[in-house]
Amino acid sequence: MVSIELLVSLVPLFPLLGFLFVAFNTKKFTEGFTSFIACGAIFASFILAIVLFIYLLSVTSTERAIHATLFNWISAGNFSSTISFLVDPLSSLMLLIVTGVGFLIHVYSIGYMQGDEGFNRFFSYLNLFVFFMLLLVMGANYLVMFIGWEGVGLCSYLLIGFWFKNQAFNDAANKAFIMNRIGDLGMLLGIILIFINFGSIEYTDVFAKATTLDSSTLTLIPILLFIGAIGKSAQIPLYTWLPDAMAGPTPVSALIHAATMVTAGVYMVARNNLLYALSPMAMELVVIVGLATALFAATIALTQNDIKKVLAYSTVSQLGLMFLALGLGSFTSGIFHMTTHAFFKALLFLGAGSVIHALQNEQDIRKMGGLKKYLPVTYLTFFVGVLAISGIPPFAGFFSKDEILASAFEHNKIIWAIAVLTSLLTVFYMFRLFFLTFFGTARAGQHTMHHVHESPQSITIPLAVLAILSAVGGFMGVPEVLGGSHWLSGFLAPVFASSKEHIEAHHLGHSTEYILMAVVVVFTLGIIGFVYSRYVIKNHTPVAEGQIISSVQRTLYNKYYIDQLYEILIVKPLYWISEKLEEVIEQLGIDKLVNMSGSSVVSGSKVARLLQNGGVGYYIFAMVIGIVLILVLGSVIR
Amino acid sequence: MINTIPIDYYIWLSVTLFTIGVLGVLYRRNAIIIFMCIELMLNAVNLLMVAFSSYLNDAAGQVFVFFIMAVAAAEVAVGLAILVLMYRNTKTIDINVLNRLKW
Repeated sequence: MVSIELLVSLVPLFPLLGFLFVAFNTKKFTEGFTSFIACGAIFASFILAIVLFIYLLSVTSTERAIHATLFNWISAGNFSSTISFLVDPLSSLMLLIVTGVGFLIHVYSIGYMQGDEGFNRFFSYLNLFVFFMLLLVMGANYLVMFIGWEGVGLCSYLLIGFWFKNQAFNDAANKAFIMNRIGDLGMLLGIILIFINFGSIEYTDVFAKATTLDSSTLTLIPILLFIGAIGKSAQIPLYTWLPDAMAGPTPVSALIHAATMVTAGVYMVARNNLLYALSPMAMELVVIVGLATALFAATIALTQNDIKKVLAYSTVSQLGLMFLALGLGSFTSGIFHMTTHAFFKALLFLGAGSVIHALQNEQDIRKMGGLKKYLPVTYLTFFVGVLAISGIPPFAGFFSKDEILASAFEHNKIIWAIAVLTSLLTVFYMFRLFFLTFFGTARAGQHTMHHVHESPQSITIPLAVLAILSAVGGFMGVPEVLGGSHWLSGFLAPVFASSKEHIEAHHLGHSTEYILMAVVVVFTLGIIGFVYSRYVIKNHTPVAEGQIISSVQRTLYNKYYIDQLYEILIVKPLYWISEKLEEVIEQLGIDKLVNMSGSSVVSGSKVARLLQNGGVGYYIFAMVIGIVLILVLGSVIR
Repeated sequence: MINTIPIDYYIWLSVTLFTIGVLGVLYRRNAIIIFMCIELMLNAVNLLMVAFSSYLNDAAGQVFVFFIMAVAAAEVAVGLAILVLMYRNTKTIDINVLNRLKW
């Protein structure tokens, strides 16, 4: 019988080996062999994740945590850190998502990346990403998590700029990396502060001592950590990198920028639930940022015409909803929505990828339409995804979103109203996207339409699996009102137990909950009807580039000019400062100093080289004089 | 037998030989003569070593001399080879003409 700790440490090992194996043989391996290795590595981790999951289910809820310490990593002064893993219900769930969805996306990539010259490189990056993501969710201390945190940022950079011959893609990759760095700085400061105050960076030590801390530090730590989450999970004000990150290949958008990496912030907040629960101010900040981002991104998504951009803003918006749930203290709802979101957003992105693939890299929904009969599998699965994200019962999104809305209603009616508005906007833009893509007349060029065909099986099978998950995924958290027992809540209970006593719980009456659900569903159906009449019956299409649109639309289309604002407020002043520094310090200070050391050597040698006049007699004379001097001086000094 | 000659004589002789060598190196322009003068200096030192070795009844000095003679033989071979090549190239071994070894 192998020990369970060994299994835990094997989980991240497989993707790492897969990465090394493929990365060192990119020139040698054929596409088939690479995909076998890369997918096999993730699949092995997935099997292990299932085994660990079953093991956790088999023990009593208080024992549901496996600690596995690999080795002592750093030991300096009073600082010590181990490489150690923690598998508890929360990280076990994350493991299943990362390896499960990750495996499907790996399979999908086989078909999607076929024939790309960077095929092997692509798969090595994907495996590396999964490795770092596993470190992030499995780490038993902040440092291991931070390694994963930085590692996924690196892989995100590598994969956004995967087609590095296009300068715009490189710029997008840089933007993502820099935005993430800003957040990571906050994160790092938070971790340092944790070490200073607790003297340890192990989760267990920190959570055990958390209540003893004074309130100002206890507020500062979660806020600093949250800044990290803002960067990684693309919240206001650091969200602008995520839409640009769509430059990467579509499987990357699905895996990294929808299903897993961007949820790292959500995971991190949920992991530190006790620290947040102890600090009302940090919680409030999370609520405000989450809610603002959710609404803000949803309005931008209304007018975007790039199929992946719409999904990207939708991701930002949904992440905002997750943070809203976390900030309101319903950590389970946040994690629940994260799980279902991983299913349906991966599905939507992969579906979009299939459409893009079929139309030969066309991403503009104005040039799509009428694809229903050409891409039946993509159409059906995409439809399931749209229903799930819109919150139509009984698809996955309904349960998780409803839970967030309910907890918002418990706390504050205004928050609830804004959250409902956001979810209705979501319905609008998702169905707009759906109808414009699959219904109506075909707007693509005749040449393109001639070549449209359904994608290969390696693409459609993951779509089908994800569609099933998106359809039934919600049943892991059926609320009591609907006759369920909320299995997920029970499973995650040990993780959030300690913070429960610090958060005041509200409970809604069953009738109120029924009314809330009914209201939202009715409104949702109404919006769908409106979108249907606008885009299918009246056959409305968004105007082409450069045509006159109303000022509100223009503002939304230009994403509130946020990028331009950052350009003026941050980039331009930074350039200005650098220019001044260049002129003064660089040119007048450093350059002069460096040049002076060089020119002093030159002028010194101009004199010194006269000594070397080439006359042998002169040399001999100098030598004799020298020897005499040495002898004389030697005897004098002694 | 050797002890009948005082050590001073040996010292004076080798100092004289050495000085001749030094002066020859400094004053002469013919490279071969300079070379010979260097050998003269070397042998002045050898002479002194042998004299002291005998005077102090210590064989180490004479062992040294053998080493010096062996190294000097090698040095002569290299030095003369350089001089031959120099002459082939420039048709002279006057060191005042050979002044191109500079920057």
